Amino acid sequence: MRSEGANGLALVSPAALYAILLLAVPLCVIFAFSFWTQDYLTIDRTWTLKNYTEAFTEPLYGELLRRSILISGSVTLVTVVLAFPIAYFVSFYVAPERKSLWIFLITIPFWTSYLIRVFLWKVILGFNGVINTSLQGLGIIDEPLTFILYNANAVVITLAHAFAPFAILPIFVALEKIDRSLIEASLDLGENRVTTFLRVTLPLAMPGVVAAVLIVFIPTIGDYVTPRLVGGPDGLMIANMIQTQFLKLNNAPMGATLAIIAMASVTVIALAFVGLNRRFLRGPK
Amino acid sequence: MKGIWLRVYAVLYLVFLYAPIILLPLFAFNDSTIIAFPLTGFTTNWFVELTKIEAMHAAVLNSLFIAITTAVFATLLGICAARANNRYRFPGQRGIMGMVMLPLVLPEIIVAVSLLVVLLQLGFSLGSWSVILGHVLICTPFSIAILNSAFQNLDRSLEEAAIDLGETPFSSFRLITLPLVMPGIISSMLISFTISLDEFIIAFFLTGNEPTLPVYLWAQLRFPQKLPVVLALGTLLVALSIILLTCAEFFRRRGVARAGKSDTGGFL
Repeated sequence: MRSEGANGLALVSPAALYAILLLAVPLCVIFAFSFWTQDYLTIDRTWTLKNYTEAFTEPLYGELLRRSILISGSVTLVTVVLAFPIAYFVSFYVAPERKSLWIFLITIPFWTSYLIRVFLWKVILGFNGVINTSLQGLGIIDEPLTFILYNANAVVITLAHAFAPFAILPIFVALEKIDRSLIEASLDLGENRVTTFLRVTLPLAMPGVVAAVLIVFIPTIGDYVTPRLVGGPDGLMIANMIQTQFLKLNNAPMGATLAIIAMASVTVIALAFVGLNRRFLRGPK
Repeated sequence: MKGIWLRVYAVLYLVFLYAPIILLPLFAFNDSTIIAFPLTGFTTNWFVELTKIEAMHAAVLNSLFIAITTAVFATLLGICAARANNRYRFPGQRGIMGMVMLPLVLPEIIVAVSLLVVLLQLGFSLGSWSVILGHVLICTPFSIAILNSAFQNLDRSLEEAAIDLGETPFSSFRLITLPLVMPGIISSMLISFTISLDEFIIAFFLTGNEPTLPVYLWAQLRFPQKLPVVLALGTLLVALSIILLTCAEFFRRRGVARAGKSDTGGFL
């Protein structure tokens, strides 16, 4: 009989090989591409840093990257801050047998067509949209609000909606794991509800918060549907440029370079964030 | 009463989450080509219109084919990986599982462009099959996440008892393990199907000349006069997604109940 290790490897190999062939290898190819250049219809395979020099000196790329990081950061902040009370509510105030119903309710909108949802935000936020017509109908405003569509605000609102379950679920899982007797102990020992929350509950929930931040921040940087539909000219992000380079300008190497730079920036920020929260992530002694 | 503010907030948050889905049918049945309030009247014209667009039917069939194939392959890979992860300890386990789960956090555009570049460099022409390749890659982590919990809930001693009673490892897997994780398998297939049916970014890059439904929708969003029809289609899609998800949730709960565990959370 084969050893346990060999059995395990044999069983995991289809998924692993698939991921190597269709994920790891393509990622390496993209990395290589970023050092090559486009020579009209062919790829010039001489290794050069030309794309990187261009990416760092051309102000447009730098501006797009800065804006993308800023928008992704705002989306993450808004999403996680809005999500925490919901996770807290479901974990601490909802009866145990109804928790999975709440989680189900929260996840349903996430599974419906992404394009349609983004498009409907355009309808909600638009000049003649739901918000403007209802506020005008109620006599609260006289002129339609214009700061809510075709700019970065609209992108933040729409993405905060799209990524809500991604933020709620990890925080909920972390809160569920908290031993409730620790909270009782803290209250018995003279802390009030606020200080108990700040000194016991929140630190114990931090692994979930960190996971939520990462799982929202990293994918949002690569979104190009939302910026394209609701962002207007000032809400476009780096992914829109990557798409343009690949499909419109037919300059795959430049697109690859921008993709690598975007990924590298996100990774550095994510690692720095994890590092800052190191002390919360250690397991119980 | 404590918690009342949290409860109010939770309800408002659900309104925020459901706002687009509630508006969708309102405009789909509205008798005007302009998507704005006030609503002008009730009509089912947009749904009738849907049945007349040939290009859309092709896109629907294409998407269904891609979604079904993706669901089957992603779940097969998911079963192997989740079983290996739960049943065995093997060298490099964390690294290998990490790599397989990576598409869960990787921006889709990165997956899309890297696959695009490799396929074009190898001289393949794009089509439904290249979209399937990409979709299997992003659906497998979801499948593993669902099946992981299904396998975790499994009582190892049941399988051991079957082997003690003379079954082979394979027949005990088929007779004991498989029926117990079957709800997880069905739920994984439904989730993969739903993800693939909705996925736009990878499909947009890899679809070639045969658009999937989301790619077709994306093209239609540019024409204002076609928007009501798009919303009618969206209404049908959302209804289908909700039905499929309710089924998936039903099977997931049955799986939890079958394994004799109490239910604590959702899919992810």
